[in-house]
Amino acid sequence: MSLLKVEELSVVFRQRGREDVRAVDGVSFSVAPGETVGLVGESGCGKSVTSLAVMGLLPRRGVLVEGSIAFDGTELLTLPADKLRTLRGRDMAIVFQDPMSSLNPVVPIGVQVTEVLVRHRGLSSGEARAEAAELLRRVGIPDPARRLREYPHQLSGGMRQRALIAAALACSPRLLIADEPTTALDVTIQAQILELLKGLVADTGTALVLITHDLGVVAGMCDTVHVMYSGRIVERASRHELFASPRHPYTAGLLASVPRLDRPRGERLEPIQGSPRDTLPWSRGCAFAPRCRNRVDECARAAPELHGGSHSLRCFNPIEAKAVNR
Amino acid sequence: MSLSQAEVVLAGDSGDGAGGSLGRDAWRRLRRNPVAIAGAILVFLFVAVALLAPWLAPFPPDKPVGQVTPTSIPGPSAEHWFGLDDLGRDEFTRILWGARWSLVIGVVSLLLGMTGGLLLGLLAGAFGGVVDTVVMRFVDMVLAIPGLLFAIGVAAMLGSGLEAVMIAIAVVNVPIFARLLRGQMLAQRQSDYVLAATSVGVRRRRIVLGHILPNSLTPVIVQGTLTLATAIVDAAGLAFLGLSSNDPSIPEWGRMLADTQRYLSSAPLLAVFPGLAIIFAALGFTLLGESLREALDPKYRR
Repeated sequence: MSLLKVEELSVVFRQRGREDVRAVDGVSFSVAPGETVGLVGESGCGKSVTSLAVMGLLPRRGVLVEGSIAFDGTELLTLPADKLRTLRGRDMAIVFQDPMSSLNPVVPIGVQVTEVLVRHRGLSSGEARAEAAELLRRVGIPDPARRLREYPHQLSGGMRQRALIAAALACSPRLLIADEPTTALDVTIQAQILELLKGLVADTGTALVLITHDLGVVAGMCDTVHVMYSGRIVERASRHELFASPRHPYTAGLLASVPRLDRPRGERLEPIQGSPRDTLPWSRGCAFAPRCRNRVDECARAAPELHGGSHSLRCFNPIEAKAVNR
Repeated sequence: MSLSQAEVVLAGDSGDGAGGSLGRDAWRRLRRNPVAIAGAILVFLFVAVALLAPWLAPFPPDKPVGQVTPTSIPGPSAEHWFGLDDLGRDEFTRILWGARWSLVIGVVSLLLGMTGGLLLGLLAGAFGGVVDTVVMRFVDMVLAIPGLLFAIGVAAMLGSGLEAVMIAIAVVNVPIFARLLRGQMLAQRQSDYVLAATSVGVRRRRIVLGHILPNSLTPVIVQGTLTLATAIVDAAGLAFLGLSSNDPSIPEWGRMLADTQRYLSSAPLLAVFPGLAIIFAALGFTLLGESLREALDPKYRR
């Protein structure tokens, strides 16, 4: 039974005098309790917009959201705003990319963590403070009582991200979305934050959607991985399958462009040709075709469908599957 | 990369208690700025004189203390430092008392104008959309009229008197504060921390009052200080034009300036003293306001 079930989600940004931008285009995925699902892709592929759509945080004006987002059986897209507000923070929460700007600079940390508790659990401010100190301790912030009184600029980046995670976890949400939670942090802190999230999933059975462009993070965390390109999912597989035998040329390109310790040192990294701007609209063919090494004539004629079972992909000329020994 | 690491290290350091809050940071820069100190001294003198006028002044402000005729008005002497005015009252005493009136007029009109402006700005900034459009078109309309001219109109409409002057100056300042706060709030609404607060289900009212508003107030403080300066000048201007109180015993700088016009050839110093007083009071608030702006502006942070 999946906790979050997203089906055929589309997000279109419309602006007067400009062409509509289809940022997310028919994305489907589901997350079960205790499962970690990765959404992977380059900047602008629609992964963050997907997460904002799930949380209902997209602006209402000028944005068209279609499809279905079911959370524990409740359809979120038609849910009244006040019900959705109650759900947010209590049952589902999100951690954003930039801990520097996601905390209010003129409000003490304590207030920002406790307001969730006051809002959703109706605690008095004293109870909420005690609880918040406990939360900060749980995410590994030393001397939490003092930190609660401090302002965001008095905390390091890693601490701020921990504080944000503490606020997100305050009501033990069943779904946590982490939108590039470690991008703004340096490597050692990245590992700590990921360990923290991992421990959380293991301990509480929280469903985690991890949004990242970092395949290293995916390799360490995710059960299932969805690779997105230009608003659509192009490959979907278990982490093991995906790393052992990537079949979509885009996934293979992403993997080849990351340095690995198990390859000879002299080997050159192979970047994917072109940039995400060299994209074909899906209505005219495969969006990745202009940058693809495996391009065939068919790619410019029609868009491939997502096919295949547990390891599905959207490609006319995929890379041969390797035998995966488990 | 090295920059962001440095920032992290710095942030870590101050986290250990050595550094301080945003306010303390601004205070430190303010103290090092000679312009700020000059402004602060002028403001301090002005406020001190205004509060202590009854004790500092050597003579009563509203009674003749010497003999004068229209052709012979005694100038400065050891007894009367600034001389006597056209009705034989001690000019120095009246300048001191004038500070009190200027301060009262400045502060009251500032508070009235700021309150009105902030309420309108809050309305526009919090709701946006149609409310924002209506409020801002009203503000544009008012701002299209030059400030002093508008104040003259309002004061004339309300009839002369100090209340009319204060209300007129307040009305002129309402749109300035409204637009300032609204602009700040709109900018803050797009920020990540508002999105983050929304994402944990914080209610709209709390986001507006608890998150957006406190972040939007810094420029309001600066504007408030600067507005005190213009309010003092505007009040003097209105009094000069005869739109202040009819009571000649009230020592108001602008009125004193206006009353001495007739004696400009025989006692020119009577125009110089209130003029200088107005200049120094306005200068003090302007210098202080400008250096506050610099101290609080993150672009100047080191």
